[in-house]
Amino acid sequence: MGRYIIRRLLQAIPLLLIISIVIFLLLQSSGDPLATMGGRRTVRPEDRARLARQLGLDKPVYKQYIYWLAGNDWLKIDFDGDGIPETTGTRKGVLRGDFGTSLVSRGKSALSLIGERLPNTLILMIPAEIIMLIFALSIGIYSALRQYTWVDQVVTTGSFIGYSMPIFFIALASMYLFAVNFRKWGLPYLPTVGMFDPKVGKTFGQVVLHMVLPIFSMSVVSVSAYSRYVRSQMLEVNNQDYIRTAHAKGLTDRQVLIGHALKNAAIPIVTLVGIEIPFLLGGAVVTETIFGWPGMGRLFIDHLTRSDTPVVMGILMLISVAVVVCQLITDIVYAWLDPRIRYS
Amino acid sequence: MDPLLEVRNLKVQFNTLEGVVHAVNGVSFQLEKGKTMGIVGESGCGKSVTMLSVMRLIKEPPGRVTEGEVLFQEKDLLKLPKSSMHEIRGAKIAMIFQDPMTSLNPVLTIGHQISEALVVHSGIGKEEAYKKTLELLEMVGIPQANERYKDYPHQFSGGMRQRVMIAMGLSCKPDILIADEPTTALDVTIQAQIVELTKKLQAQFGMAVIWITHDLGVAAEIADRMIVMYAGYVVEEADIFQIYENTRHPYTLSLLKSLPRVDRKKHNRLANIQGSPPDCIQMPPGCPFLPRCGFGVEQCAEDNPDLTTEPDGHKVACWVDVTTGRFR
Amino acid sequence: MAIPNPENPPAAIARIEKTQLTFIQLVWLRFKRHKMAVAGIISLILLVLFAILGTAFTTEAYSNITDTSIRLMPPSHEHPFGTDTVGRDILSRTIYGGQISLMIGLIAMAVEVVVGVLIGAIAGYYGGIIDSLLMRFTEAMFNIPQIPLLLVLGKLLADKVPPLNLFGREFSGSVIVIMVVIGLTSWMGLARIVRANFLSLKEREFVTAAHCIGTRNGPIIFGHILPNTMAPIIVSATLGVANAIISEAYVSFLGVGVRPPTATWGNMLNGAYQYIESAPWLWIFPGILIVLTVLSINFIGDGLRDALDPHSLVESK
Repeated sequence: MGRYIIRRLLQAIPLLLIISIVIFLLLQSSGDPLATMGGRRTVRPEDRARLARQLGLDKPVYKQYIYWLAGNDWLKIDFDGDGIPETTGTRKGVLRGDFGTSLVSRGKSALSLIGERLPNTLILMIPAEIIMLIFALSIGIYSALRQYTWVDQVVTTGSFIGYSMPIFFIALASMYLFAVNFRKWGLPYLPTVGMFDPKVGKTFGQVVLHMVLPIFSMSVVSVSAYSRYVRSQMLEVNNQDYIRTAHAKGLTDRQVLIGHALKNAAIPIVTLVGIEIPFLLGGAVVTETIFGWPGMGRLFIDHLTRSDTPVVMGILMLISVAVVVCQLITDIVYAWLDPRIRYS
Repeated sequence: MDPLLEVRNLKVQFNTLEGVVHAVNGVSFQLEKGKTMGIVGESGCGKSVTMLSVMRLIKEPPGRVTEGEVLFQEKDLLKLPKSSMHEIRGAKIAMIFQDPMTSLNPVLTIGHQISEALVVHSGIGKEEAYKKTLELLEMVGIPQANERYKDYPHQFSGGMRQRVMIAMGLSCKPDILIADEPTTALDVTIQAQIVELTKKLQAQFGMAVIWITHDLGVAAEIADRMIVMYAGYVVEEADIFQIYENTRHPYTLSLLKSLPRVDRKKHNRLANIQGSPPDCIQMPPGCPFLPRCGFGVEQCAEDNPDLTTEPDGHKVACWVDVTTGRFR
Repeated sequence: MAIPNPENPPAAIARIEKTQLTFIQLVWLRFKRHKMAVAGIISLILLVLFAILGTAFTTEAYSNITDTSIRLMPPSHEHPFGTDTVGRDILSRTIYGGQISLMIGLIAMAVEVVVGVLIGAIAGYYGGIIDSLLMRFTEAMFNIPQIPLLLVLGKLLADKVPPLNLFGREFSGSVIVIMVVIGLTSWMGLARIVRANFLSLKEREFVTAAHCIGTRNGPIIFGHILPNTMAPIIVSATLGVANAIISEAYVSFLGVGVRPPTATWGNMLNGAYQYIESAPWLWIFPGILIVLTVLSINFIGDGLRDALDPHSLVESK
């Protein structure tokens, strides 16, 4: 088991390296960041050249990658264009947590920007994930146990429709119904924009109120998708021979479900959940945009449209790292749960 | 003496996309205490479904028991409430299955799976169940029981897994052990071991055994009495020697003839039964074996013969006397 | 004792003959049992007809006419779906937008299938180092979240391709970009499935037999093994179209997908959330069209999955 963990860890490192290269190559060819820095005035060629040297854009691609990754404060760069490197670089590199400075928000490091928004995303995502899990598991398991009944049919069809819907449609529709129309009809309505009402302040109640619609929109799709998966896993497990054996031993349905079925069904479900978690960080772009939630998703799209490469790369890299780490943890948990892997 | 188990006119069908499959069509037999009954037939003839129905392990949609009674200890098992079946399964009637790899839960230790039945049925504590399980493991011939208790099914070989299944089945000392093709998935030498083990344990515990197989050789080894099934019907039933030496049904005859024999001349072709098993969805009137039978007469196409009992206790469902080739 | 002669059975026999159905007929029969899948086909056909035949009633030029004096007007006789923020008729935009959206769905799916099958087949068939490398790459791509990646690629490349002219329509070059980009970010799942199938299928006897008679690798891969793994590919492809339509909608909604003036159902929703109170028709019509299309395709895909894989032939009555 220990060897398995070490092997997976070793596999993760080249993976992260490849990902970082892919992301870097992708974004280095992106828009001209210099164009956004000039402001209204036209940029003089000398300033442009100076900026280029400052950002390291005059160097070949592989060197830029190394600077991005490992920083350039361990060597000197040529700042004043005379061909002689004399100033020490200021960047520490991604490996030490420096994603560079934002090209849009002057002076702020990409990491600090991300750090501001990350908690907001987590505040939204963690309750969303928990709610989604609870519902998906209960609906999925219940539906599988009541296969062929009308309950199962309703759940199956309903979840099918639910997961075919794009999030923005549900978001817009729920906004329209619960916020706009409820207000029109004089019913208590839900807020639609932002994390809290600026007039009231960032209180716990305000935040919760503002979370309702976004979480609802996300849940409709995720609960539908997950409950289908849970249901199909439960059905598959229930059709296995060892469940028949368990019944033949005289165990009650409940004992079979809890003692035999769930343990087996849990494995793929845990695996799926573990893999999905980090994607929450990235996939919320649409939801955060529609509801004006100040999280990482909105940061991403805002800065992407303004060609703020360091911030964009930082977010992408962070999410990918989260994905790899989560996958690693999931694999380990999976191996621990399934004795067939543990003991081979 | 009253039979231990009596099945009367059992009929089971399945609703499938292609129609209703008549899997079991009026099967009746009796099982005496301490005796072994062999059920023989091709794949799909309904032998497993019959015994699964006795245990009420058939999933209700799509399966359905449409008729019949299963009398055990003066009760009709088919009419008992579900909760009562929990007390019978595993404790009074136990069943073991064909493929021990898939029939054992891969994420639970075998020790746990064996002692589970003990805990549930006898209400004894975990400590005692553990000790009893170790005894059972030794009884079925698994060495170093205390270490292997904690092992998982995938860490055993096929034959050992089947021994584990037997230990599990016998843990509560049932009155009847139903073995559904327990040796089909094993190779011949292991097969022999399992058969020997079963016979030994049967002598020790005095339970009745129903052994389902499609292998006539194995049936001959272990059964006292034998049933031959075809297309959901019982076509012949007799004491084991009668079946082999005084075969009365054309199907049984063909089965025996198709056994490869060491003493036959080498260049003879292996006999087989021409044709294929019938489609149990659209059963034509008349005897289901007719298309593959060498003894068919006109009556066979019109009426399906009932199982009739001869004076010597031998039962057969056929219009023709195979010794003479003529209508009975 | 007379021994029955199996070679010469007596005359009085009723032979039951079951008509043999071809594979396609069997699949169609099983498919028909899914009422929702059949409903899906019908509604998909209707939607496609809407997008294609609608051109008989309006022209693309009309859908691009901006007239700010009639902006944001609710549905009326003249403009059955209302007008948008710059006064364009929404109905005709949904018709032409539908063509683009559907086309993007199909072609993105084609890209996804080609890339996924190629990579999966080669990795699974050749194994060894090739497999390791390809799978590392696949895993790396898989680990980068799709939507952000899509957004980045959309932003980067959408402007770079010049507009082109097809079927008498002029498209913004971003359409091509989006098609290719969606395809290039969604092949990973299919590649994994195809690889797994190839790994197991290549050990089968019919492959060994083909090797024995000297068949070369190419024909073995495409002529022998691939046909045996068509079922998951077909299902994946079907669901891939739905996925592509949704992905395009997400990306265009956020403004980095298909660029104006070409309309798609997705970019018609761009900015619609600012008018959610005042002009719901901005997002209701394109939104419903997307939902209906995706739903139909998903039903069809589900029906296909069951029809092609005869695992459960059992139905409750």
